[in-house]
Amino acid sequence: MKKTVYLTRKAEFSASHVYHNPAFSPEQNRAVFGKCNNPNGHGHNYVLEVTVKGEVDPRTGFVLDLKQLKDVLHQEVLEAFDHRHLNLEVPEFKNLIPTTENIAIATWKRLAPKLKVGSLHRVRVYETPDLFVDFYGEE
Amino acid sequence: MKAYLTRRYQFSASHRLHNESMTEAENRATYGKCNNPYGHGHNYALEVTVSGQVDGQTGMVCNLIDLDGLVQREVIERYDHSNLNCLPEFSGKVPTTENLCVQIYQQLQEFPLAHLEKIKLEETMMNSFEYGDSDVRH
Repeated sequence: MKKTVYLTRKAEFSASHVYHNPAFSPEQNRAVFGKCNNPNGHGHNYVLEVTVKGEVDPRTGFVLDLKQLKDVLHQEVLEAFDHRHLNLEVPEFKNLIPTTENIAIATWKRLAPKLKVGSLHRVRVYETPDLFVDFYGEE
Repeated sequence: MKAYLTRRYQFSASHRLHNESMTEAENRATYGKCNNPYGHGHNYALEVTVSGQVDGQTGMVCNLIDLDGLVQREVIERYDHSNLNCLPEFSGKVPTTENLCVQIYQQLQEFPLAHLEKIKLEETMMNSFEYGDSDVRH
């Protein structure tokens, strides 16, 4: 019988961002986003956990080749996010506030179509050790 | 799109695990060192997970200020540096971390801005308890 196993790979990136909605007044922006609305931005060391679900290949004993997952994660996400200003340098966040929620969703959309083996189960993004968001691809 | 947001908090409290309906010997056999008559304490770590649609205007499931405020009022102010056995919710109920976890879930359930998914309560680095929706994701 084939067995489903969940494999998680961690990665880190550091980036800056600002929370600001141009449709809000300056007062509304400050009230909703607080310190995160500081116009010059601020940054975090984000920790990413990507969980892939799949059956264990009886020949290799792997769900998928970790090296391949690491490469996809690097090319599709870390290259784009690490040491960047998310609002200014990442296309998804040109008109979308780069909250931890939206970073998790953007990471999912970048990774899901690139996985050749297994399926993406969860993307977890830690903004700080005390705050993280999980996204499972749900509408 | 639906996302799950988790926030971690800490509080410190003391308790004694002792059931009045058991004999002294049964209490000692059941609770071991936790039955020490003078109690003992822990630094509890609490994880609160809420879920909801990510708001198009704010990019958030809910505003952290609101969640932090609720947890501060309902949990931290109530339990931090307290003796759990002296609180009314543990009158006649043993303040195990299981019972405290369920109690905290009930106290936070009325959060109007997102759906409370689950509570995870770590008593020490070595053991933790979770309570929430029946189909809660781990």
